[in-house]
Amino acid sequence: MNILVCISNVPDTTSKINFKDQNEAFDTNGVQFIINPNDEFGLTRAIWLQQKSGAKVTVVTIGDSSCEPILRKCLAIGADQAIRIDAHPLDGFFVASQLAALCKKETYDLIITGRESIDYNGAMVGGMLATMLSLPYVANCIQMDVEGTNVSLQREIDGGKETLISTFPIVLGAQKGLVEESDLIIPNMRGIMQARQKPLTVESAITLNQATSVKIFEKPPEKGPVKLVDSNDVDGLIELLQNEAKVL
Amino acid sequence: MSVVVYIESQKGVVKKAGLEIASFGRAIADASQDSLVAVTFNLEDTSTLKLYGVDKVYNVNTEEDNFFNVERYANSIQNVVLKEAAKIILVSASADGRYLGPILAVKSKAAYFSNVVALPTSYDPLTVKRSCFTNKAFNESTTNEECSVISLCSNAYGLKEKQGLAEVVEASYETSSTSLKVVSVDKVTDKITIADADIVVSGGRGLKGPENWHLIEDLATVLGAATACSKPVSDMGWRPHSEHVGQTGKPVASNLYIAIGVSGAIQHLAGINSSKVKVVINNDPEAPFFKAADYGIVGDAFEVVPQLISKLKALKQ
Repeated sequence: MNILVCISNVPDTTSKINFKDQNEAFDTNGVQFIINPNDEFGLTRAIWLQQKSGAKVTVVTIGDSSCEPILRKCLAIGADQAIRIDAHPLDGFFVASQLAALCKKETYDLIITGRESIDYNGAMVGGMLATMLSLPYVANCIQMDVEGTNVSLQREIDGGKETLISTFPIVLGAQKGLVEESDLIIPNMRGIMQARQKPLTVESAITLNQATSVKIFEKPPEKGPVKLVDSNDVDGLIELLQNEAKVL
Repeated sequence: MSVVVYIESQKGVVKKAGLEIASFGRAIADASQDSLVAVTFNLEDTSTLKLYGVDKVYNVNTEEDNFFNVERYANSIQNVVLKEAAKIILVSASADGRYLGPILAVKSKAAYFSNVVALPTSYDPLTVKRSCFTNKAFNESTTNEECSVISLCSNAYGLKEKQGLAEVVEASYETSSTSLKVVSVDKVTDKITIADADIVVSGGRGLKGPENWHLIEDLATVLGAATACSKPVSDMGWRPHSEHVGQTGKPVASNLYIAIGVSGAIQHLAGINSSKVKVVINNDPEAPFFKAADYGIVGDAFEVVPQLISKLKALKQ
């Protein structure tokens, strides 16, 4: 089985979000980048399939050379090879189109994206990619059981879950549940050393028209301080919620 | 031309998110002098849509298929989009809406904007405000594509009544060649979901154990709220994973979010900070949640919450 895990290079959750160039661009100065958490759940699930049935796991990202450390980390976690498509990811449609071009050159049985990235939160790459490739897509995927060429999956829905069946190839939007946080693999020294020897190839991007573009960023207005109510004055809190916040 | 809106229903009744996206669609249709066309599936009574400004309803009967079959839904909506020569397609930010949106966008050769928080600031070119960086920022995005799919954040626009015609037209349930099939749905029907709730009551480690969750549940019941929990609580198995809200859990965008015994880790706040009003009850005045909250009580949840429940109960009577 050939698995492709699509990785997004995102600012760590604790990063301060700032903008530069008159708020037209994200300021990466001082920002620590990590593997997008949803993608990491998907990668871990892929590594389980590799360990169980010898699947080959390829990771791919779209970005400049500053993304290579996270690809090396994916290799240290256990991926067999990495691909970097050399382009600035302009929007979700651009990313999905680049991935679709790659998937038309290589044959993958299972393509895993994250439910959403924690930077733009678009939640669109998986669905777009699957549709471009005329493949089935399961968003918010919380469970996957493989039986030969058949796969049973669960999708988290509002207020519950849905069970689906399909055949490969398929595209998934991974999230917590597919594996748990405690299952995530912390690279050991051997993994890190091996990762240096594993192939990381750079491919050029296809050219296409940009579907959407960001004109400007803004931060929400500074929030005022919390209004504290005395713990013996529950009536005071109810009064504020009713008459000031008007939410009761 | 027209604006096409996908309206979600459950057991034949329009969901609140469906009325919100209809309200939003009406305002867009008015601004661009178009009519508002809804696509619904198995809707039993279309009269509610009349009150929310819908001009025409394409109601698809899925017959024996009781499931959300994303490909067939997308193809059926796409069919209406072509018929109506729509340039703007609207979906909710529900689990199903966010699943459908990008698929529909590619099929319709449309630009896709998710996480939209307000009416477009321009229609030529179409420009919208979206939340990003997990609600820590916004951006204004634009497109030159002819057609766009917009997914509106929950509770970002609200419900606005306006009279429409709601002329009903039968529409076909399109087929799909996908190998993907939904085989079953496991859904709580007796409880309000986090996605649909106006108020969410959430508990953290400060509640000390699952046996104390009646405090959260009782408060939620009196408020008509959904219950939620922090990540450590679901990791320890005190509550099901489906209640975990935060960056890797469910997003919350309620009108009122009440956090009890939740410290407010940055990953938790990332998932809930698009809620409009946040209340924290915690005995640790240094808990980071106090910096994110609008109202707070520094105190023992085991003393404060029972008082809150009894006062709210009295108020309801």
